[in-house]
Formats: sequence, structure tokens, C-alpha cells
Amino acid sequence: MPTREIAGKTIDFDDENFMSDHTQWNEDVATELAKEEGIEQLNDRHLVVINFMRKEFEEKGTGPSIRRLTKQSGVPTKELYALFPGGPAKKAARIAGITKPQGCV
Amino acid sequence: MKKLLILGAGTAGTIMLNKLLPVLNRDEWQITIVDQFETHYYQPGFLFIPFGIYGPQDVVKPKRDFFPSGAEVVFSPIDRIEAKDNRVVLDGGQIINYDILIVATGSKIVPAEIEGMDGSGWRKNIFDFYTIEGATALAKFLKFWEGGRLVLNIAEMPIKCPVAPLEFVFLADWWFTEQGIRDKVELQFVTPLPGAFTKPRASSVFGNFLTKKNIGLTADFNIARVDAENNKIISWEEQEEEYDLLVTIPTNMGDPLIERSGLGDELNFIPTDKHTLQSKDHENIFVLGDATDLPSSKAGSVAHFQADILFENILSYIEDRPLKARFDGHANCYIESGFGRGILIDFNYDTEPLPGKFPLPGIGPFSLLEETRMNHYGKMMFRWMYWNLLLKGAELPIESQMLMAGKRH
Repeated sequence: MPTREIAGKTIDFDDENFMSDHTQWNEDVATELAKEEGIEQLNDRHLVVINFMRKEFEEKGTGPSIRRLTKQSGVPTKELYALFPGGPAKKAARIAGITKPQGCV
Repeated sequence: MKKLLILGAGTAGTIMLNKLLPVLNRDEWQITIVDQFETHYYQPGFLFIPFGIYGPQDVVKPKRDFFPSGAEVVFSPIDRIEAKDNRVVLDGGQIINYDILIVATGSKIVPAEIEGMDGSGWRKNIFDFYTIEGATALAKFLKFWEGGRLVLNIAEMPIKCPVAPLEFVFLADWWFTEQGIRDKVELQFVTPLPGAFTKPRASSVFGNFLTKKNIGLTADFNIARVDAENNKIISWEEQEEEYDLLVTIPTNMGDPLIERSGLGDELNFIPTDKHTLQSKDHENIFVLGDATDLPSSKAGSVAHFQADILFENILSYIEDRPLKARFDGHANCYIESGFGRGILIDFNYDTEPLPGKFPLPGIGPFSLLEETRMNHYGKMMFRWMYWNLLLKGAELPIESQMLMAGKRH
């Protein structure tokens, strides 16, 4: 299992570069992971999505699909794609420090 | 008298009825199956209808032909499941109580989920082939079409039979060649996935087939709306694909009755234990086939493998034993690749499709992840197996658990 140092913390990743232990996460880690995904600065709307994803993960054991994100987080689909260009469910999950959502087959 | 109730008499529900009825003690158990329609469709055959290989008459039979004697059959739409009270309410208010419920209500396309999809272009130059109506309308359209840009679009995952869209473009390439107009048709495969298929190794093999057959691939395209006036589809990130003919796989959802019953997720699929097939919320409800939220393919072969597992677990549940049979996500798909050839893939939750021989290691007669004539015959033979063996719950010469023997890494 690959391990890397991020924002001063040792973080475990799975083979697809998703964090394998979401309890190692904090907002500084998120900021660094966001940069790896090409997002220079996380704003409040990013954090709404990220916090929702972490909450879902803790309750359900997997991140939400885009459909569920839109319905439950209150962030419209169009804005999700603007916030996380190229694949909101996957990118936001990476930054939120949770494993790849089941729906992303 | 205890009651076992099956909702849905499609592939999954019918197999389950045929497996359970002969073994449950008839003095103790009554089995009832409910479905709103009296016709059984061989859904894998829909793919062949647009190209005139099958007609509608080749894919329909009465459901009654496949029910064993001794089952109570109710043809009626279902209003809702009241899980708290262990009962189901039919349209019109009739109530059926149950001790065990098996939900096999499937999934279907919902074109209205995408803005503009079912508007002015629907069944004019926008078609689905996941319904008998869509497939036959498309067959009619293709007879007169003189060429242009054909876009095949998958709206969002998961979809029933994830290989069918690929088969469609492979067959289209063959069919337009036969018609002598392949040079007048541009084929474009537009998908929300990062490549041609869900699993990496198969995705690269299928990607090569697309290239070889001169079919364009647009990956990571998440459709937001259809602009039917200007004949284009537009993604959430404002990418556009123009079409003369749009063949769509619209959003797939579970039955609205699941939503009315408060049992589903955002796509009306029921949260289900991926190994035991027991509902996550109600221990006397089991879910089979496309109605589940399992990360396995939604396909007849999968429903059939699941039925073997669920059969064991239902018998355990009745006798208060632990549910020991575990579904491994096994799927087995014949993929029609055009010009009388086919490709076969065999995989589960943990093992992606690999090359090799199937079902007999080293012998076959089928080749995995390779294009052969024999695989095509396998596909065409399957319809006979489906009607005569599979639906009746007979043993097939394929294990429900995936085997590694015969596969190579």
C-alpha cells in the first residue's frame, strides 16, 4: 500500500490513489489533495460537498453518486461540475479522503 | 399457512418461483407471484431487432408458459410494499400478506430524467433499444435512413446489460456495411465512463475494437440535456455532440413502486447485502436481479447466478439457519461483435474479465476476451437455453460462482 507525506502527515493510499483511511484526513490534507486534482483553492461550496461526502461515507461506507449528491447536498449538478471539473463524484471523493465511490465502476 | 410472495415475474422472479415451488412443503407454504404484464420478453433479443435479425415475434412468449403448476399467479399492478406490516397493497387496494418477500421488479429506462430527451425528437430521430417499442421503431427508421452521424449515448451508470451499447455499435458497423452505406455513416460512441467499458482490461480490448471498426469514442461525457431542435446533446461541462440519429441508453431506474414504498435509493434501487441478497433494512425481504443496488452487472446471467445463491439462503432463512451462500458478483456475457463473430467475458466483484477458455479450462469451446465465430454461436444458442432451461430453473453447465480455472492473467 503506497504511503505519502501530505501536509506534514503520513497518509495511506490505495492503488487508485484514494486515501484508504479517512480518519487520517484534515482540511490541510484536503487543500493539498485538491491541488493534485488541479483545484488551487477550496472555497465554501467545495467544503459543503466534501463534508457531505464524508458524512455519507461514515454512515454508509461508500461515497454518494452524483445524483445523490445533488439531491441531498443541495448543490445543483451544474455547479458540481464547475466546482470539480472532469468528474465531481470521483474528484470530490479523492479530496474528501474517502475511498472511490461504488458507483464509479 | 405461511406465505412467500414474489414481486415481478421477469427473468429473476420466474427462475426463483421455479426453484422454490418444488422444494417448499406445500402444507406449510403458499407461493404467490405478482406481475402487471402477461407477456415475457426475451430482453437480450431487443438488440437484434433494429437490424432486422429478430422481429418482435422472436422475443415474446406468455408468462404463463413458464409458471409451474401450484403457484398462485396474480396479474395486477402493485401500489406499494408496506414493509413494517409485512404486506403488499395492489392497485385497487387488495392486500397480500407475506412472511417472506422476494422483490424482483427489475429496472427500466426513464427518458424524462434527461432534459429534452423525450421531447420533439423522441422516436423521430432519437431512439432507445431497451424497450420493444423503441427497438421496433428504430428498425423502421433504419430501413429508410440514408446515412449521417449516428451517436450512441449512455446517459448515466448503472445501466442494464452494460455491454449492449458496444454490441449495438459493432452490429451497426456490420449492418451499414451490408447495406452498402458504411462510408456514409459516421459512428460515435459517447459514454460517461473513462473508456469503452467499466473494467480496465476489457475496456482496452473493446477500445481497440472500436478503433479497428472505425467507431469514434468520446469518453467522460456526462449528458445534461438534449437540444432536439439543433440535433445535439450537451454535457454538464458544455461539450457538444451533434447527431443525425441519436441512439440513447437513458437513465435506468428501479420501479416507481419502490419509491412509493420508501425502500429505494435515489435511483429506486433497493439497498441489498451484496453477498446474501437480503435487504439491508428488512430481514424478511430479499432482492434479486436488476432491482438491487449491487455493484454487479444488471443482466439475466447475473440474475440467474444470484438465484442459485438466494435459493440456498431462503431455505436457510426458513429453517432459522445462518445465511451462508454468498454471491460473488459473477457475470457472464456474450458480446456480439458483428460479421458473425462474438466475444465472451466472465468476471465477478473482484476479478475483472480475463483471457482464457470457457467453460472447460483449456478446451472451451468458448474463448474469453477474444473474437471468435464460436462465441457468436454461443450468443445465438442462448435464446433457446433461456426459454427452455434458464427460466424453468434447470441446472445449466455453468457454475454460479466464478471459476479461475481456464483464465490467464
